[in-house]
Amino acid sequence: MSNEVSVNYATVSDRIADLVLKRPSRWPWFVGFTLALLCSFAFFFACGWLFWKGPGIWGINIPVAWGYAISNFVWWIGIGHAGTFISAILLLLRQHWRTSINRFAEAMTLFAAGIAGIFPILHLGRPWFFYWLLPYPNVMELWPQWRSPLVWDIFAISTYLVVSLLFWYIGLIPDLATLRDRAKTRGRQIIYGLFALGWRGEARHWARHQSAYLLLAGIATPLVVSVHSVVSLDFAIGNTPGYHSTIFPPYFVAGALFSGFAMVLTLAIPLRHFFKLHDLITLEHLDNAAKVLLATGWLVAYGYFAEIFMGYYSADPFEIATVENRMTGPYAPIYWALIVCNVVVPQVLWQRRARRNVALLFGVAIVVNLGMWMERFMIVVSSLHRDYLPSSWDMFRPTGWDWTHLIGSIGMFAVLFLLFVRFLPAISIYEVREELHHRRMRHS
Amino acid sequence: MATYGMLAEFAGAERLLEAARQTRAAGYSRIEAYSPMPVEDLAAAVGPFRDRIPMLTLIGGILGAVGGYFMQWYAATISYPINVGGRPLHSWPSFVPVTFETAVLGAALFAVFGMLALNRLPKLHHPLFNVPEFELASRNRFFLCIRCDDPRYQQQEVRRFFETLDPLLVREVPR
Repeated sequence: MSNEVSVNYATVSDRIADLVLKRPSRWPWFVGFTLALLCSFAFFFACGWLFWKGPGIWGINIPVAWGYAISNFVWWIGIGHAGTFISAILLLLRQHWRTSINRFAEAMTLFAAGIAGIFPILHLGRPWFFYWLLPYPNVMELWPQWRSPLVWDIFAISTYLVVSLLFWYIGLIPDLATLRDRAKTRGRQIIYGLFALGWRGEARHWARHQSAYLLLAGIATPLVVSVHSVVSLDFAIGNTPGYHSTIFPPYFVAGALFSGFAMVLTLAIPLRHFFKLHDLITLEHLDNAAKVLLATGWLVAYGYFAEIFMGYYSADPFEIATVENRMTGPYAPIYWALIVCNVVVPQVLWQRRARRNVALLFGVAIVVNLGMWMERFMIVVSSLHRDYLPSSWDMFRPTGWDWTHLIGSIGMFAVLFLLFVRFLPAISIYEVREELHHRRMRHS
Repeated sequence: MATYGMLAEFAGAERLLEAARQTRAAGYSRIEAYSPMPVEDLAAAVGPFRDRIPMLTLIGGILGAVGGYFMQWYAATISYPINVGGRPLHSWPSFVPVTFETAVLGAALFAVFGMLALNRLPKLHHPLFNVPEFELASRNRFFLCIRCDDPRYQQQEVRRFFETLDPLLVREVPR
């Protein structure tokens, strides 16, 4: 936030609420929404075809039975993690700059995790039986297999979805009350009023609200680490060379934060531009997010290094062959492209000038998003296509439906996000007011 | 009773906190304070307040953990035992991830729904919404209310007392 005198409780409330109530930037929003909607229709159509024909419409087969669907799953769930990191961990660390970006980062988490959760279900072959993963009373008296990481996965993802939703919603309640009180039409007053649950801002209500908010942040912090760790165990518990590695949980979590911060920047920069939020999402915010991107990028680079080192250190010929196959085999261009995208390109962010160059930062964020998708693809596919038996080696080639599901899911994410910025405050109003209040207390 | 209480409006958080303390000092006990953002110490200033949310969250977490672990132990050893190469049925290390997730889920649900229940929310209507100026409580104004069930509540006297606190406005809240 700028130091202008005009920034006070009333102006920040009105400005952020008016993004929803007055709806500026109609045309760019409408064009983006139409494009995104078309992409998500393609996604729905592809899902319908998948349910009709089965996963054979994708390029997967034996030995590569996990293709784009699982890469997309790991990629999307990772993107979600930065939202929880910003809203929970930075809250606990009292990083005040998070206030302008936490709300839409939380929305990003929710939508990304929701889309991620769809992919393993699509991949099931008989997706209508997905509820077999859950413990429920059934006449066959069957239980899920508790020793399987796939069962841990559904518990981790569904808990993550529920906790992210609760965290996002209780942060929204006071802002929904602001919208209710500022809305001029009866319909909006009723709808925002219902979702605001009758919030009045009473002192004891605030105290309990803040207590619950802080506690949720506290439990969301280990949760977010557990989620991608469990996702990584889907791979690491198996004994496939290239999967069977103890570095996987931290390596996946670091990659999740890295890709998530890239997505935060990918969303923040257009949001700031089209809604003219330059004084709320300042260069300082972008600079800080870029620093986190650089730091997590190095954690990911360490993961790449550890994979190579552990491959050779194991002295296992299959592990060594997998490492060398990644760097020189048929998928080598993907490996080197991801090294460039995730390790080389982010190094420009060492320069303060680069971190404050919005267009360049946006470019780096897009490159990292692409690089992280390729990393997920590299992990999933290159380990499977050549394992112990050379006679069963084969290649994975994506089909048009693979691409439709990937691009369609991005469209669906964009639809959800665009609806969010149109109907809900993209920046937490009460937390910006609180930040102003604290600033005043410090000054006086 | 036709009224809910008397409402006074203030311009700033410090003014509200000060007014709340003076109101308590004047002997009133059924006080409510409203602000557009959380204000430290305000809950304690309007009356004795004990925060039960941490305890509730802990209870939720423990219930979730115990319930999650019990479910897996019961399924794996009693309801549906499968012998996999003679490995132990009660294989606790592989029960840890699900136990952790159910603990988090229990804690989160108790924290959020406990907060709502203790705040008596959701509430479709409240007498305070009868005061048109109260809509600024979610924007930039701070309000103090003495409820009419306060043993010392007397309309004229409360109004006169509020005027001494230098408010922007004093209103009676109709029910």
